[in-house]
Amino acid sequence: MVSLSDYLILSSIIFCIGLVGIFINRTNIITLLMCVELILVAVNTNFIAFSHFLGNEAGQIFVFFILTVAAAEVAIGLAILTLLFRVRGSINVDVTNSLKG
Amino acid sequence: MSSEQVIFYILSFWFIASSLAMIFARNAAKAVLFLVLGFFSAASIWILLEAEFLAITLILVYVGAVMVLFLFVIKMLNIDKSTLRAKFAGYLPLGLIVTLIIIAEMTLVLGGAQFGLEVMPSPAKHGADYSNITVLAMQLYTTYVYPFELAAVLLLIAIIAAITLVHKKEINRKKQSISEQVNVSAKDRIRVVSIASPSKENK
Repeated sequence: MVSLSDYLILSSIIFCIGLVGIFINRTNIITLLMCVELILVAVNTNFIAFSHFLGNEAGQIFVFFILTVAAAEVAIGLAILTLLFRVRGSINVDVTNSLKG
Repeated sequence: MSSEQVIFYILSFWFIASSLAMIFARNAAKAVLFLVLGFFSAASIWILLEAEFLAITLILVYVGAVMVLFLFVIKMLNIDKSTLRAKFAGYLPLGLIVTLIIIAEMTLVLGGAQFGLEVMPSPAKHGADYSNITVLAMQLYTTYVYPFELAAVLLLIAIIAAITLVHKKEINRKKQSISEQVNVSAKDRIRVVSIASPSKENK
């Protein structure tokens, strides 16, 4: 049988991969958004594992809402990205530093 | 080793491998495809956890809509590949150190002593008459009905925001102007021209 700690360690590994993806990808904003998606899926796996092992469906409801918010976030993020590309002509992280002091 | 464990480890391997391939991919479109593979593995793991509705939702909504949206944007934006991975090596050692420390800490905290099978025994599998969708729907439409409606409003706001952000100025749009239509008078639209009769000219 697969224990709860297996699921939790798997999701923490995925979470860290998403984190290191944000660390090392200093060029492309689309990849940053995809790393955020990866982190969200890791968190959702945590919720579902606890929901299964505790016998409580509230965790799955929470995952449902997280999926909704993530879809909205991606829609607005990609819209901002398109706008950024239209204004700047590039979506590299290095170019978008006008807020840098 | 039971068959469930074998399936779990195979799916976990593909999940981790595709995630690593995603963050190291040079091409953004390839990264999206690796992420799709990762989402499929995640959905399979969710089915192992008896969350069938959410697994199908992950594939339909995420792979079917969100990832296709990513691909659309990548194809539209014509990303310059030469600048990609320019400062790749500079942040890799720090990122690796931080990640390894986090994974070690998490493994210590979440290991078998706290969340193993002895402490948290695996629940009995549901029978064939169990419906995950029915259980979720009963919760969603009773206890969580207000958050459910708020989620719908949130999606509407996201639609409006996304359209407003990327909306261009109107170019040759066939928009109706009701006040102009009402205030129009006959002399603006009709021009009466007196034409000499052709039969008279022929004579």
